[in-house]
Amino acid sequence: MAVKAIELRDITKTFGSVIANDKVSLSVYRGEILALLGENGSGKTTLMNMISGIYHQDSGQIFIDGKEAVINSPKDAFAYKIGMIHQHFKLVDVFTAAENIVLGIRKTLDLAGTKRKIQEICQKYGFEINPDQKVYDMTVSQKQTVEIVKVLYRGADILILDEPTAVLTPQETDRLFAVLRNMRNDGKAIVIITHKMHEVEALSDRVAVLRKGQFIGSLKTSETNAQEMTNMMVGHQVSLNIERPEPLNPKPRLVVENLTVVDQDGIKKLDNISFTANLGEILGIAGISGCGQKELLESIAGLQPVESGNIFFIEKDGTRKQLIGLEPLKIKEMGVALSFVPEDRLGMGLVANMDLVDNMMLRSYTNGKGLFTDRKSPTKLAKQVVDFLEVITPNIFTPVRKLSGGNVQKVLVGREISNAPTVLMTAYATRGLDINSSYTIYEMINMQKERQVAVLYVGEDLDVLLELCDKVLVLCGGKVSGLVDCRNTDKHTVGALMTRLGGTKA
Amino acid sequence: MIYISRRTDVSVQKAIAIKVIAILLSLVVCAIVLFIMTRLNPLDIYIAMFKGSFSTQRKFWALLQNTAILLCISLAVTPAFKMRFWNLGAEGQVLIGALVSATFMFYIQDSWPSWLLILVMLVASVASGLIWAGIPGYFKAKFGTNETLFTLMMNYVAIQLVKFCIAVWVPNGSSVMGVLNRQTQCGWIPSLFGQKYLINILTVAVLTVLMYIYLKYSKQGYEISVVGESEKTARYIGINVKKVIMRTACISGAIGGLAGFLLCAGTGHTVSATLAGGNGFTAVLVSWLAKFNPFGMVLTSLLIVFLQKGSGEIAQAFRLSDNISDVTTGIILFFIIGSEFFTNYRIHLRRK
Repeated sequence: MAVKAIELRDITKTFGSVIANDKVSLSVYRGEILALLGENGSGKTTLMNMISGIYHQDSGQIFIDGKEAVINSPKDAFAYKIGMIHQHFKLVDVFTAAENIVLGIRKTLDLAGTKRKIQEICQKYGFEINPDQKVYDMTVSQKQTVEIVKVLYRGADILILDEPTAVLTPQETDRLFAVLRNMRNDGKAIVIITHKMHEVEALSDRVAVLRKGQFIGSLKTSETNAQEMTNMMVGHQVSLNIERPEPLNPKPRLVVENLTVVDQDGIKKLDNISFTANLGEILGIAGISGCGQKELLESIAGLQPVESGNIFFIEKDGTRKQLIGLEPLKIKEMGVALSFVPEDRLGMGLVANMDLVDNMMLRSYTNGKGLFTDRKSPTKLAKQVVDFLEVITPNIFTPVRKLSGGNVQKVLVGREISNAPTVLMTAYATRGLDINSSYTIYEMINMQKERQVAVLYVGEDLDVLLELCDKVLVLCGGKVSGLVDCRNTDKHTVGALMTRLGGTKA
Repeated sequence: MIYISRRTDVSVQKAIAIKVIAILLSLVVCAIVLFIMTRLNPLDIYIAMFKGSFSTQRKFWALLQNTAILLCISLAVTPAFKMRFWNLGAEGQVLIGALVSATFMFYIQDSWPSWLLILVMLVASVASGLIWAGIPGYFKAKFGTNETLFTLMMNYVAIQLVKFCIAVWVPNGSSVMGVLNRQTQCGWIPSLFGQKYLINILTVAVLTVLMYIYLKYSKQGYEISVVGESEKTARYIGINVKKVIMRTACISGAIGGLAGFLLCAGTGHTVSATLAGGNGFTAVLVSWLAKFNPFGMVLTSLLIVFLQKGSGEIAQAFRLSDNISDVTTGIILFFIIGSEFFTNYRIHLRRK
């Protein structure tokens, strides 16, 4: 425990006028898992990128095993046995796992030997991996495993993982954690960046907190709690309870009947789904990822061709309007807003090269007079979102690709919610967001609920789903496996419904 | 150790300074190369280069006219490029526009009043250019065909069509079309203030302003940017991507057709297979160099025409082969394009 694997002294890094890290001093010991905490844009990833050779510090020193190290490139980092697993995987899709793992190693190619060595690593730490599987056939979790094995194969004994659980299901997360514990017991030093407090508590030995680029302190996990860690991150007292106001006069707003969706390969993505979403209520949608959540929301938004079934929008006077077959723009005009946060945040909801104002305009550009766009109201909206959600950006004319992941998401979610919808659909709205921003988003969703909006909330965190929503619809393999009332259901019931069919209907 | 990092915040002044330094450096390198190869005084050569564009009034107007045509074709490709629709068919769109204009002049001669003939030629040329780009646009939108190859192939179709028409119209086998309506000047764009190219130049100037406004402030211009940046996002927010692709391809082609009209009715009053003279491809360079900004394209097209004219003058004045001027043009463009690297990246040295 006493051996310092990495020691950082007074590390400073600036990007133009932005100070990403300000004299950060931090140590990581062998045989421990350190959780690095901080809000979005607090400099966690930047700091880790300097250790792994992607950036170089402006000033300060890095010591590896007590000796000063100069890390100028990822190659140098490998020489110091440092391996980083990034948020976005860097794998060649058409290659197999084994081919990806040996890629870039300057030795004679010996695939058979490589496979043997891969098997050894897998057995040692408890990975499951098929070296001959092509990457394009893999799930997100399998790709991540390949990334981890890749750095272990190169002999890394200091591992850095940047939000590894953001894209994993709870089961996959458990498996990852088991592997990480095995590695720790093997004497490796592990740094993990995460926003999920219960993961920090379950996995880490020590936590280190960054705030606005500065090192705030480090604590033993066993001697602290979620509340204290959150306060350190945010810098002031925050409440960790999610409010759930009672629904006011709920009435049906959206009725889905026997909805079936078949994808291009003929596989049923949604099978005979029926439910009703009430205005003034939050309907949670739970399920393992890929169980039809995306298809469901996209069908309602008119982005997904539907095989059979009905989707009715109920007007104030009670008339039913069929949404299937309408243009996405028409559906949007009726106030049905979809804010889908895809795994690739910049892929769908935002345009990476456009600034905040132009991205706000994506939803409103048709409102301008005549032939021309109106930039005034999107400018106002951009300012509001930046202020309200505390988006960290030089200004509103910065291309969104320059913002950190969490801030990008705030822009996206902020825009969708501000659309003043009648039906708000949000998927993974808080994925990758820090606690403070997550709570701001919950607050915003509750405000919409009080505005008598029907909210569909697709989420991953069961604790949040049960605290925030009024009802939760559970999907399993494209079918409805249960509809539960959140006020008298526990996590285990929902968890069980997620993995098998035939639950009770509330 | 040399280290390269991305610049995120380059000021306008700095970017301009980098460009100016690049141009000066390129002139120095040109001077050295020219001296080694020709043993002539580089200064004399540069003076000759300026003479190519500015020594007589006629040369100056020719500079403006050529710039206007190149700029017009560059404006044509720009909306398509902004949408990442690689329209390499401007050459063909210009040709087909010019051919249609010539066809009217050939068959109508002076049986219509000139203004009517000009008007009909204008509309028909624009429409033909529109169709010429609209066909690949339609296939791109409907079937996802590769627009680069498709538009490129359409050039050859246009060239062959022109050759065919000339062969039919000029039966003597010389395959050179003479000036049409030389006596009556029917269907010729008239002179303004005694300058025969002034209307061409003014038309393109107005078009430049309109294109700037269209791309920057119109809803359609915004849709073009979104589709170009990310089709997925465009679909997600409900833009009809197919419609935007077809519409933009048509606009691109229509302006190409207009350039063809200006070339036939306002410049040469004839048509030939080499009428566009590679400007359809040079326009790609002009548009990219200016980063798709129409006002920037005024400068880049002027620069390129100036270099072309100057090169011709050098070759003539010093009895050098045309190739030497290509060498200088190449060096200058290399430096200008290469300087982009320094606006995007910073190089620093660091101890190992």
